[in-house]
Amino acid sequence: MPRHAPPPDLAAAEKLNPSQLFLLFSQMTLLGFGGVLPWAYRILVERRRILSKDEFRELLAFAQILPGPTICNLSVIIGHRHAGIAGSIAALAGMIAAPFALVIGFGLAYRRYGDLQSVRHALAGMSAVAAGLIVAMALKMARDLPRRLKNALLVALAFAGIALLRWPLLMVLGVLAPAALAVFWTETQR
Amino acid sequence: MSSHAAIAWTLFSHFAMISMMAIGGGVITLAPDMQRFVVDVHHWMSDESFVAAFTIAQASPGPNFLFATLVGLQAAGWIGALAATVAIVVPPAALTIVALRASVKHGGSALGRTVKAALSPLSVGMMLATAWSLARVADDSRGGALLTALTVAVVMSRNLNPVWLIGVGALVGVLGWI
Repeated sequence: MPRHAPPPDLAAAEKLNPSQLFLLFSQMTLLGFGGVLPWAYRILVERRRILSKDEFRELLAFAQILPGPTICNLSVIIGHRHAGIAGSIAALAGMIAAPFALVIGFGLAYRRYGDLQSVRHALAGMSAVAAGLIVAMALKMARDLPRRLKNALLVALAFAGIALLRWPLLMVLGVLAPAALAVFWTETQR
Repeated sequence: MSSHAAIAWTLFSHFAMISMMAIGGGVITLAPDMQRFVVDVHHWMSDESFVAAFTIAQASPGPNFLFATLVGLQAAGWIGALAATVAIVVPPAALTIVALRASVKHGGSALGRTVKAALSPLSVGMMLATAWSLARVADDSRGGALLTALTVAVVMSRNLNPVWLIGVGALVGVLGWI
């Protein structure tokens, strides 16, 4: 990674090669039932000490600003620090390969046994819980938002456009994202 | 019904485009648009199969975007699963590498903060829309709605691994309580 001066603590630490990165990220993703992020923290910061607490927080913030799956972006960033683009690819592949195979296995099982009465009942219960998990996540995100009229308005418009009117996301965000940026930008100019 | 390859290509184009719209809340916030696309527009699967794909992925290890993989599998078999996965992962990963190479300074600038403040309410709206579109399908029975409400109450008040809760849901379902 020649173009980026690594922080001093990383320079001193060992650099992982692509196959080590692949194995490391495979390990944390397979432990990640119900969310990989807590395991990423446990393994990268607490167990292997590949990142300090602050570095982890900083890289995570960067991964969250970028669009797409946060945990994959984080893999790409950490892989890149250790072994450039090859490292990014190895870390990302490690994050995805094993869970991909597993979820395909579950999916094929669903296709075969999905019509069984007991499977349908189990899935109905699981789906009700899964919906509850997402409702709770949405409520927590809403709770953390600053209480301001324009935030409430943007939340309501995005929700109405996507959920109630079922308009294409491209259209909804195509209108609301520039509008929101304009409103928040003029505010900073005042 | 068009061939698997044709479906996979259509799926790939759409998912690759919306992958760049997963802001703040991650790929979960794309679920309503995926549902609209594969159920309402193309009739590749039912609402129930879509929600089943979402649920199975939530109960599996790994990143939670893998529900898109299962949606691809339902729509067009192996090639669909692969197309959906690549479409969701690769465009944002490529952007991440470009951002790293360009040494983009993250978030600290005034512009970065403005963008974040402006997009946060939109990602909350997207997450609420996801919650709505899942609950609409999962809670068609009174028992389902009650189970969803109980889950919300538990998750809001204590910090539990969601996989245990999904396990409880499976048990409640098998026992025929919903």
